[in-house]
Amino acid sequence: MTARDATPTRTLLLGSLVIVALLLSGASMPRWLTFLLTMSLANGVVALGIMLLMRSGVVSFGQGLVFAAGGYTAALGFGALGLTDGLLLTFAGGLIAALIAAPFAWLIARYRGIFFAMLTLALSMVLYGLLIKSTAFGGSDGLNMGRVSYFGWRPSDASVGYTNYAVTVIVVGIISVWMRIYFDSVRGLVTLSARDNEIRVEYLGSSVRSLIATNFIIAAFCGGVGGALAVIALGHVEPDYSYWTRSGDFVFVAILAGHHSVLAAFIASIALELVRSFSSAYFPNSWQLAMGLFLLAVIRFLPSGIGSLWVQRWRASTVQRGSA
Amino acid sequence: MSSMNAISAQGIQKKFGAVTAAADVQMTIAHGERVSLIGSNGAGKTTFVNMLTGYIKPDAGEIMLDGQSIIGMPPRQIARMGVARSFQIPQLYHSLTVQNNLLAALAAQQSNLSFLQPAKNAESVARASEILQRFDLLMHADRLVSELPGGVRKLLDIAMALTSQPKVLLLDEPTSGVSADEKFPMMDTVMRALEGSRTTVLFVEHDMDIVLRYSQRVIAFYSGRIIADDQPLQALAMPEVKPYVTGQISADADHA
Repeated sequence: MTARDATPTRTLLLGSLVIVALLLSGASMPRWLTFLLTMSLANGVVALGIMLLMRSGVVSFGQGLVFAAGGYTAALGFGALGLTDGLLLTFAGGLIAALIAAPFAWLIARYRGIFFAMLTLALSMVLYGLLIKSTAFGGSDGLNMGRVSYFGWRPSDASVGYTNYAVTVIVVGIISVWMRIYFDSVRGLVTLSARDNEIRVEYLGSSVRSLIATNFIIAAFCGGVGGALAVIALGHVEPDYSYWTRSGDFVFVAILAGHHSVLAAFIASIALELVRSFSSAYFPNSWQLAMGLFLLAVIRFLPSGIGSLWVQRWRASTVQRGSA
Repeated sequence: MSSMNAISAQGIQKKFGAVTAAADVQMTIAHGERVSLIGSNGAGKTTFVNMLTGYIKPDAGEIMLDGQSIIGMPPRQIARMGVARSFQIPQLYHSLTVQNNLLAALAAQQSNLSFLQPAKNAESVARASEILQRFDLLMHADRLVSELPGGVRKLLDIAMALTSQPKVLLLDEPTSGVSADEKFPMMDTVMRALEGSRTTVLFVEHDMDIVLRYSQRVIAFYSGRIIADDQPLQALAMPEVKPYVTGQISADADHA
């Protein structure tokens, strides 16, 4: 046993430190950077849901579905129901996304590999079709939403950027800490072992299908929260959120991150936003090419994602310590 | 209250198309017995094991575990009732360390998989180490399964099956793929690990040296029927069994 074994308390402590550091440093960041980080964190928590599914041995190519569900929930809650509290809208976004995913979870959990990916993709495209045709949801123009309040306090023009950033950091931070504790838990290890060998898990007495179904719903909640946070920061939602290319972005981030590290999901998401922002500024017509080359390089040199940079090195060092 | 018999099977029938895999199979196995199931390929051993673990449902008949019917139950429910199995080809978690394989095996048996309780808690780690110790695997604890040699994988596969402290342990060809000079030390390790437990052990085995040395009773299958059920020496000497067994021994001699 090493001193570095993760316990929930240690994870909580480390997570709180990172959250506080991000909150403090955010105060002195330029506006464009807090906005970029807000969007990266909102997208990153969607990818974190895919990471959880990757640990179960499946990849969803339809997280645009839950991302859009969360985003539309926030925009409709704000516009149609008059709910203005940002935290309430964020939570509602996650909840509605999970409720939409839940009826499909048991069906989809029967499938693996490309079939799982295509089924989730199909579901997200169904939502895309519905959104683009429906006038209640604003059709292809989507919906706008105004500035949200927090516990009755409405931020000013000067503070809105940082406020949304801070709320996103806290919400995403809490989900991330919970996710790390889950990864290290009894259920988390059974999930990870199902990725390697489902037969063994079944013969030891656990249901892989039920694991995947549960994780699918959790991933949907993460996706909905991410969608709501993104729409609150952007002030706009459109059917493209459920389009397959959007889901592709999340898969891109999840593959870049690998399945080892929660932190990696956000580093990968920030990397995607940075590459996208800068390459679309400097070579607007070929930035997808830059993204493609970037992904190729990752797959060639870091097939288990950037999280493997520190997680596997750490394991290797403990083995050396153990044998020394 | 537990019944006298660990396993009791009555009138088991199973057909795959025109192939009869089980024809009126009857057997009772007492608690703590060490029984070998032998028979050539296609004789019905594996089908019987698969019915016992819930992987296949018999066409007719009754299988009782400790006095309780298991017909129609899925494998994981039967596993939770105390039937564990190892596999001819070890079924392990390749990307995890040996210790994590054991921890994952212990975790998978919990009734409500906790989201919060760390998998690497002191109690489970101690339990995993104790099992690894019994199987002489402790020195491999931090190695990845993908780095392990075949014999160690076979042992780990059996060690994982024993994490549940099962009532019945099914060993599917425990020495297949293990070299001739390693098979006895390996089986000695397994038997030592089982010492003192009341676990009923069923081997599916092709190696008659192993059958003779480690079982108290032999059940021979041929074409879906039980053709012999006796103590090892007597069973192997029976005229119905002999042709098969002598064939096996000469095949072994060829390998050596």
